[in-house]
Amino acid sequence: MSYTVTEIRQGLAAGRFSSSEITRDYLARIAEHNPQLNCFISVTEELAMQQAQAADAALANGDTGLLTGVPLAHKDLFCTDGVRTSCGSRMLDNFIAPYDATVVERIREAGAVMLGKTNMDEFAMGSSNENSWYGNVANPWNTAHVPGGSSGGSAAAVAAGLAPAATGTDTGGSIRQPAALCGVTGIKPTYGRVSRYGMVAFASSLDQGGPLARSAADCALLLQAMAGFDPRDSTSSEIDVGDFSARLDQGIEGLRIGLPKEYFAEGLDSRLASVIETAIGELRKLGADVREVSLPMTGLSIPTYYVVAMAECSSNLSRFDGVRFGHRCADPVDLEDLYKRSRGEGFGAEVKRRILIGTYALSAGYYDAYYLKAQQLRRMIKDDFHKAFADVDLILGPTTPEVAFEIGAKTGDPVSMYLQDIYTISLNLAGLPGMSLPVGFVDGLPVGMQLIGNYFDEARLLQVAHRYQQVSDWHLQTPEAFA
Amino acid sequence: MSSAIGSGWETVIGLEIHAQLATRSKIFSGASTAYGAAPNTQACAVDLGLPGVLPVLNREAVRMAIRFGVAIDAQIDHQSIFARKNYFYPDLPKGYQISQFEHPIVGHGHISISLAEGEQKQIGITRAHLEEDAGKSIHDQFPEQTGIDLNRAGTPLLEIVSEPDMRSAKEAVAYARKIHSLVRYLEICDGNMQEGSFRCDANVSVRRQGDDRLGTRAELKNINSFRFLERAINFEVERQIEVIEDGGKVVQETRLYDSERDETRSMRSKEEANDYRYFPDPDLLPVIISDEDIAAIRAGLPELPEQKKQRYIDELKLSDYNAELLTANRDTALYFEAAHAASSDGIEPALLANWILGDLGGALNKAGMDIAASPIEPAALAQLVARISDDTISGKIAKQVFDAMWQGEGGADEIIEARGLRQITDSGAIETLIDDVIAANPEQVEQFRAGKEKVLGFFVGQVMQQSRGKANPGQVNALLREKLKPD
Repeated sequence: MSYTVTEIRQGLAAGRFSSSEITRDYLARIAEHNPQLNCFISVTEELAMQQAQAADAALANGDTGLLTGVPLAHKDLFCTDGVRTSCGSRMLDNFIAPYDATVVERIREAGAVMLGKTNMDEFAMGSSNENSWYGNVANPWNTAHVPGGSSGGSAAAVAAGLAPAATGTDTGGSIRQPAALCGVTGIKPTYGRVSRYGMVAFASSLDQGGPLARSAADCALLLQAMAGFDPRDSTSSEIDVGDFSARLDQGIEGLRIGLPKEYFAEGLDSRLASVIETAIGELRKLGADVREVSLPMTGLSIPTYYVVAMAECSSNLSRFDGVRFGHRCADPVDLEDLYKRSRGEGFGAEVKRRILIGTYALSAGYYDAYYLKAQQLRRMIKDDFHKAFADVDLILGPTTPEVAFEIGAKTGDPVSMYLQDIYTISLNLAGLPGMSLPVGFVDGLPVGMQLIGNYFDEARLLQVAHRYQQVSDWHLQTPEAFA
Repeated sequence: MSSAIGSGWETVIGLEIHAQLATRSKIFSGASTAYGAAPNTQACAVDLGLPGVLPVLNREAVRMAIRFGVAIDAQIDHQSIFARKNYFYPDLPKGYQISQFEHPIVGHGHISISLAEGEQKQIGITRAHLEEDAGKSIHDQFPEQTGIDLNRAGTPLLEIVSEPDMRSAKEAVAYARKIHSLVRYLEICDGNMQEGSFRCDANVSVRRQGDDRLGTRAELKNINSFRFLERAINFEVERQIEVIEDGGKVVQETRLYDSERDETRSMRSKEEANDYRYFPDPDLLPVIISDEDIAAIRAGLPELPEQKKQRYIDELKLSDYNAELLTANRDTALYFEAAHAASSDGIEPALLANWILGDLGGALNKAGMDIAASPIEPAALAQLVARISDDTISGKIAKQVFDAMWQGEGGADEIIEARGLRQITDSGAIETLIDDVIAANPEQVEQFRAGKEKVLGFFVGQVMQQSRGKANPGQVNALLREKLKPD
């Protein structure tokens, strides 16, 4: 079962199947395969069937909502009214939000059916989905390998056909990297494009929600439902959203594409490089004008990111103190004990590591050397892109330096794990949109290609990805075990 | 503090005032700021710091802060930044307080205070910044447990930080009162100290006279009246001098004022205090303030106490002293202006001022009431004063009428009529009274005629008594002199 959202919409409109039928099918697939893949933390069968029936009634009345009757899943970082939002953490294992995140609300209002909440690295901190209180997620292409992270559950669910699409969040690559590792299409919009209200914060100045799906066209549909100004998020943009699907069928003749020489240098697996070269060749054939650009600050993006993201997360995660919600230790003897044990028991090792580093970076006497310095570097990274975009319309490169690694291969070496994000992280620092689409395989595992756009230029990214997907079928492939 | 000054010590005081801004909703959420609701009924998801929620700035709080800034002639930058102040406390829901660190909304400004000798002193204001209040921890209602009420969490505060420019507790109180008066004039804070809408922390240190380095300071907290502010500072100054004179050192620490024992007690020393790890809040964009915004706010400022005082002196011919007293408190000034507006042209504003500051002020004080809650309305008081001015009653009778008005017996005219207090100005009637008194006291008549001037007072007293105080004293005097003249 490898429906795209577009196909489901057509099938529903043509009456080939009902939302209830297709929702039941997906729920059955989840029941069958989730024990092996562990993509879902919560499956909301009852709610899904209710929503599907309501969608069928609406469809019968001529409802033409953007996503009416389309089943999909939410990363378990988006608050859902009445349904547990765990963030992959023991800390929030018992947390049921009394409200919907704006993204959840908008997708619901567009008529979609929620299948459940997907697994993720705890509080979105990780690149392998091995940091979840609910256990790691397996890559559907090879279940001994990681799906990437932190939106690993969403990517694996879409790849295995347990959901036609899912939401994700991206702080340093958390949509694009798992999309690449699982062979699906995912887009991280410009910072401010999608409301962060109700999206549990990891690093507020970097976090951005977006969709993972089987095609660029599907991503355009989902992003259309998700995006737009939200008065509840002061950092959301008032810039007009436009129609992400409008330009999909336009050609890309004359489009100037820049290849950052720093992305095709040491560190990139040469087999991935040649897969991407082939894809670039396709774009050339479609008329793109491909040239080299330079992003000299690329190497500094990882240390910059890890100061900014950890500083912000150390503060964002302070609210998990065992006082009002979330995990509280048993029988605290005093306030200090309540804090220490609740947080000590509630958070996993990677989260603790990041809180500690972030706390250190913000401490008196270190602030200037770390946090302020990182802010300066962040501006320089932005300037890098600004200069590059003076000459090109789009930047293109690999999404990751290698394909999905084996579960457990990097857990003892956080720095090597952090390096997985080398090509994705600078976009978050700059606030730029980026997307990953599948362009081939190495060792039977998918390779992702990343497209980087200028601010609020998502429509162009989607257009280029869609054009490529019209002349290729990598995005339509399904792992045999889940066909 | 004369003892400290006498012994060669100088006191240095700076104040941090937290004024709760009178916005209807909180600074970063739409929840109500009303005081006194049942615990946790006015705390929404944002105030509770639930996962995923985000703050949205209340522009009215910004406008109020700028209003204050403009009124103290402060530097107001075009860009202001909110920062997170990180520390753990159960009534601080997010584990950080959204406050300001670098780029506060109000920069350096100043304000003048009046010293006892009528001299003015300028006090510098370092900055004033916006921040959210925390909730309240309730320690006395649940045995062995602490209750948390988050109704107050997210209430907007303007923290006003002065320079260490004050040299005595009296100056500190004068400054605090001045700020209190100003925020009420600006209608940005209700100034209620009992409910905690206006709180003062005092940074106090001492140094040898002539020394220009600052001594180590203690921060005094938990002061909820001006009287306690003065007492707490005086206690603390004596304590610090004693410590140093005994060969010890003052420790930098926070001390709580205990009004029952009238002393300050150590709460925590700064060494073990938190490192707040301030950094710009990434959830909030910088606040951009244009020159036009500032100009519009400046144009909308009400008449401020200094301007009012000058106008009272120049236009209404009030004394400097009365003008100062009337304008020190916005409600008093509003009362005076309402009474003045209700008066006809012949009424001297000075007479009105005397009644407001004298009899009315005394009665309110005695009853422990604010002038805004006065049982005698401004127009009613104006009517009473009018009756003195037009000789319907004497000043003395007016006090009787005032008391009756205070008791709620009605308006001045009503009481004068009902009690028959109208002054007797008919000379025929007064002459009749005088004739009776003269006839009844031949001995005294002889004495007066023999040159004993003092006896006149006796006759005046008798006539007034006969008239039950209603005879016009001036007329009585003149007519008596005439009648007592030797034939």
